[in-house]
Amino acid sequence: MAMFIRVDIDPSVQEDMQLCQRLVEVCPVDIFETVGESNVATVEENLDECTLCDLCVNEAPGRVHVVKLYREG
Amino acid sequence: MRFYEYESKQILRDAGMPLPKSHFCTTDAEAEQAAADIRGPVVIKSQVLSGGRMKAGGVKFADTPQEARGLAEEILRLRINDLLPVGVLVEEKQDIAQEYYAAVTWDGRAKKPVIIFSDMGGIDIEEVAESHPEHLSRTHFSALRPFSDYIAKQAVADVGVTGNDLNALTRIVAGLARIFIERDMTLAEINPIGKLADGRIIALDCHMDMEQEAQRAHADLLNALGLSADDKRQARPPTQFELDAEHLDGSDPRGVAGNLTEFDGDLGLIIGAGGGSLTLFDAVRAAGGRPANYCEIGGNPSVNKTRNLTKLILSRPNVKKIAVMMNVVSNTRVDIVARGVVKGCIEAGFDPAEKITIFRIPGSWEEEGFAILEKYGIPYVDRSVSMDEAARLAVQNMDK
Repeated sequence: MAMFIRVDIDPSVQEDMQLCQRLVEVCPVDIFETVGESNVATVEENLDECTLCDLCVNEAPGRVHVVKLYREG
Repeated sequence: MRFYEYESKQILRDAGMPLPKSHFCTTDAEAEQAAADIRGPVVIKSQVLSGGRMKAGGVKFADTPQEARGLAEEILRLRINDLLPVGVLVEEKQDIAQEYYAAVTWDGRAKKPVIIFSDMGGIDIEEVAESHPEHLSRTHFSALRPFSDYIAKQAVADVGVTGNDLNALTRIVAGLARIFIERDMTLAEINPIGKLADGRIIALDCHMDMEQEAQRAHADLLNALGLSADDKRQARPPTQFELDAEHLDGSDPRGVAGNLTEFDGDLGLIIGAGGGSLTLFDAVRAAGGRPANYCEIGGNPSVNKTRNLTKLILSRPNVKKIAVMMNVVSNTRVDIVARGVVKGCIEAGFDPAEKITIFRIPGSWEEEGFAILEKYGIPYVDRSVSMDEAARLAVQNMDK
């Protein structure tokens, strides 16, 4: 169970197969995985390994958000 | 890598050092044959990587091969500090008139090798240093320049040895220093060097440790001794705790979170960074703390790896609390380590605020790391607090 990081993916990302693939490719700690042929999902056990590199955020500006749970309330 | 006495003596023999006749034996029958070959009284010595062999009954004298066989059988079954010997060394007994001590090791403060020599050999050298400092010399030398015999001569002469003894001892001490440098030893010690009744001077017992990182560079020597360059022989077999730590470190290539050594204290240590582990371990002890373990973390271990190490340390029944301390880090990230230890504590069923006595890892990504620590109420300090002071706080917070 992730305690420190949550990654929110906008539903519109799922419509872009190439973007889904790029998210899987750019993450250095395997936070994304492809589900089926075009969808992307996060790998729960890898979320806390997030290095905050923003590579995924840069791939999908405004559509992928990395949330630092320890900064919230 | 620590060598058995019979291996150390082979290294000395190959370097041309004067030694008594001896045979390494693994059975009582071999010991009997060895004693017969020596043709005289022998000493039978347990080959075990532990001190205190004489007191424990691991060194005995025999006048006949039959007696040697009986004593070898006893010694081969004798555990010393819970270790069984790998064999016995059957060696010709010597008529000793005087004993000397010689060792070469690293002086960490001087950043140089040092020859330690004494004309009071055969006893604990720390005791000599304390009670009879005038009988002990310390002679530093360069590890970069070729070693010259005059340095060894100086070391021997400094305790008042003169004449033929000075010349004979100089050859032994110089040979020892060359072995130390050329073979990347961390310790090369002969204790005692014996001056015999007939005036000869020979090495009677010795102890050598080779730098583990240098083993591959000395595969020729290790192979000649029947050892592998990858042999990780330590002073004692690893405990299950240590093996578990080695396994978890090897299961993830990211960074290091292992090299754990078990101790019997109550403060678990997650420590590291550029020599920080040794410094912090010593600092905890100097502050009156009792470490439950030594370990090394660095190279930015994954959250998962640090989490598992934390859980492993907390699984020990003797561990009351843990301290997480490093030197200022650059490639290891403070926030990643913080996530790992917090997660490990919580998954082990503990409140990290109560279980972690102090978190002192300043450096890369410390703002994010400190935000995590604040969120979970963990006591932490930044780089303005020295490692010594952090260790003191870690010990002080044990009772909170």
